Amino acid sequence: MEHQQTCSSADIAEADERLEKVKHAIEQFKLMKGALIPVLHEVQDIYGFLPEPVLQVVSEELNLPLSEIYGVASFYHFFSLTPKGENVIHVCMGTACYIKGAQAVLDRLSTELKVPVQGTTEDNKFTLEATRCLGACGLAPVMTIGEKVHGRLVPNAVPKILIEYK
Amino acid sequence: MKLLTDLDAIRTLTQSRLDNRRITGASGESITFRSVMVCGGTGCTSSDSNTIIAALEQEISSHGIESQVEVVRTGCFGLCELGPVVIVYPEGIFYSRVEVKDIPALVEQHLLNGKPYDKKIYEKTRHGEEILSFEETDFYKKQVRIALRNCGTIDPEVIDEYIASDGYKALAQVLTTMSREQVIDTVKQSGLRGRGGGGFLTGLKWEFAAKQNKPQKYVICNADEGDPGAFMDRSILEGNPHSVIEAMAIAGYAIGANQGFIYVRAEYPIAVQRFTKALDQAREYGLLGDDIFGTGFTFNIDVRLGAGAFVCGEETALIHSIEGHRGMPTPKPPFPAVEGLWGMPTIINNVETLANIAQIILNGAEWYASIGTEKSKGTKVFALGGKVVNTGLVEVPMGITLREVIFEIGGGIPGGKKFKAVQTGGPSGGCLTEEHLDCTIDFDTLTSLGSMMGSGGMIIMDEDTCMVDVARFYLDFTRDESCGKCTPCRIGTKRLLEMLDKITEGKGTMEDLENLEQLSLQIKNASLCALGQTAPNPVLSTIKYFRDEYMAHITDSKCPAGVCKSLISYEIDAELCRGCSLCARKCPSDAISGKVKEPYVIDKATCIKCGVCFDVCKFKAVAIV
Ligand SMILES: Cc1cc2nc3c(=O)[nH]c(=O)nc-3n(C[C@H](O)[C@H](O)[C@H](O)COP(=O)(O)O)c2cc1C
Ligand code: SF4
Ligand code: SF4
Ligand code: FES
Ligand code: FES
Repeated sequence: MEHQQTCSSADIAEADERLEKVKHAIEQFKLMKGALIPVLHEVQDIYGFLPEPVLQVVSEELNLPLSEIYGVASFYHFFSLTPKGENVIHVCMGTACYIKGAQAVLDRLSTELKVPVQGTTEDNKFTLEATRCLGACGLAPVMTIGEKVHGRLVPNAVPKILIEYK
Repeated sequence: MKLLTDLDAIRTLTQSRLDNRRITGASGESITFRSVMVCGGTGCTSSDSNTIIAALEQEISSHGIESQVEVVRTGCFGLCELGPVVIVYPEGIFYSRVEVKDIPALVEQHLLNGKPYDKKIYEKTRHGEEILSFEETDFYKKQVRIALRNCGTIDPEVIDEYIASDGYKALAQVLTTMSREQVIDTVKQSGLRGRGGGGFLTGLKWEFAAKQNKPQKYVICNADEGDPGAFMDRSILEGNPHSVIEAMAIAGYAIGANQGFIYVRAEYPIAVQRFTKALDQAREYGLLGDDIFGTGFTFNIDVRLGAGAFVCGEETALIHSIEGHRGMPTPKPPFPAVEGLWGMPTIINNVETLANIAQIILNGAEWYASIGTEKSKGTKVFALGGKVVNTGLVEVPMGITLREVIFEIGGGIPGGKKFKAVQTGGPSGGCLTEEHLDCTIDFDTLTSLGSMMGSGGMIIMDEDTCMVDVARFYLDFTRDESCGKCTPCRIGTKRLLEMLDKITEGKGTMEDLENLEQLSLQIKNASLCALGQTAPNPVLSTIKYFRDEYMAHITDSKCPAGVCKSLISYEIDAELCRGCSLCARKCPSDAISGKVKEPYVIDKATCIKCGVCFDVCKFKAVAIV
């Protein structure tokens, strides 16, 4: 797969000031008990996902086997081991949104973008994800694109919203 | 470091600011100072309340009336449905769905000339010519705000405003005048039960931990709020973060802990940011840290971000997550109060539970115990969602009926539809029906009916909701969220889901229905943690109260609510169709054909049942059959 080439160990170790940030974060948390999850949050904040070469660094610095790090990273929905598109769309599939027709909105997005749920479009513009309660249930059904929240959705509103990001 | 006298000084200094945020009955030009409260909760922020604040400030300064108006960004007012919400004091005028383009007129008419801006006044506050204060509307009338007390009245990012509304007074009182036993007794006598789901007596939990003789103990605030469709904990953290900090410190004193943790979901960025800011302020004021109020008591709080696993709300799983592991539950006992974080005695309390503590200390156990029912004291915050007019956040005394909450406060079902069911308790809860509407809401009644209080999500369903589909939805959730450690939960929920899938596809048999019930009971009995133990509840309660709907799916291959895709199809009524061709143009699978001005037809074999035609037809010519 393409991203694995672009994220080879060498590349990341050399070219990335982002790695410096990660190291700094590790330094900060190192002595704290239970540092792994806060460190993973930092890594994901910096890279948008958890690249393997960086997890290798985390493994060395925190003195934890890579298997344990993967065990933790794969357990939590919030952590992603694969890169995402430019705009990540989270469609809320919490109860309040589901009852108000979130499924139809999700289906419509999937049709419009021609990707399955959890998929990324070919042009790398969008990743479509279903998520649980975004805590804006009063505006159900709700989705977020990046930081922006779109509420009171109907399937028909989807194409127009997507245009803003194209 | 702050002393008691410093606290008093801040209170006096800031008090007048808060006094302005009351409805005084004054009106018109006689008012010389107004407070414009803009909701900064997640709901309203999503609908651009931050831009509204900026526009207000700009407009106010362009009129040069900065000294006569303050603009305050608050926590959630509750009526999120109507957001962005703006309330102007001292008249208490409630504006709903305010847009940036309303601001110039609102400022000019109301803030400059003293005449409420008619266009966006909340409909329900109109009473003929008169405009009532929002507190008199059906939505607010029966509410009693204790946990939510400062949401909407203070700026959560200004610690002085919290102090001026009696903040940190309870902590001062506890540290300077009460023994640990007295604190625990007060909480015990108040009858406060945990709001995170279990309903365990808070004072008793504290007592267990206090009795442990260990050098290190911990207080954890559970702000994971994994229940989909619930946002009360988030709203408290966003609107009144200091109330949680103060309570954690009080709990720390009571059990003998000097370290606290708050475990909050990373998906709640505004809550995390406000809480972190509040922590910094509390530290800076010496209300956290060493030697608080010069009493020798030390207490610190650290933030830990959750990472989106529902099971991490379960207390033993949460502890493992803070320790840096996968959030898997372990059997109890030992209870965390005896052996918790890093093996040390730990109490875990929910956000809303904690938000009650300071008020109990200040007003006394009897005061709190006088609210609610015999065995469920105080109030409960509910997140009303689904098919209800006023979706939002409400805090009501225990003992109120479901009907009062859904129909009076919630305003009933929108669109003239019929009420069908209400789901309380989230994925672990159950569905209740019309016949339960007059039952009272308290821990024991809800449990006896096969549902539960849970964390307080309350989802209302109307005739368009398919109850089999709802059960399937919850099972999909719990199966997905099962940590996988124990077999009954991991495999059992999958099997349940498969059977429900079969039924919603019209392929179910009577045997499946029997197996559903049987397996549900087995999973309940054999699972390790409460996730598995309660996962079948939505199945059992829907079978109990909506058996006929299951039967319709199984024996008639019909989905009465018209939801289950395999059992419905779309058809165009030739009589109603005007031949506008809109549906054909929008259909993503080219399943619709016809000639303009003649009736169109749907090819059922190509139709993917996306419902687009149904949504777009302006002549209601598309029918679900
Ligand atoms: C699967 C599962 C999820 C839970 N999620 C939460 C949660 O999100 N928030 C919470 O406060 N309690 C949650 N609980 C309940 C906690 O285990 C615990 O009982 C509670 O935090 C104790 O606080 P309280 O006594 O103040 O209610 C959950 C329990 C289970 C079994
Ligand atoms: S009941 Fe489910 S969530 Fe709980 S321990 Fe077992 S597998 Fe994990
Ligand atoms: S949109 Fe409605 S009226 Fe127009 S062609 Fe389709 S079914 Fe007929
Ligand atoms: S259920 Fe969708 S935001 Fe809560
Ligand atoms: S978020 Fe604004 S009223 Fe609830």
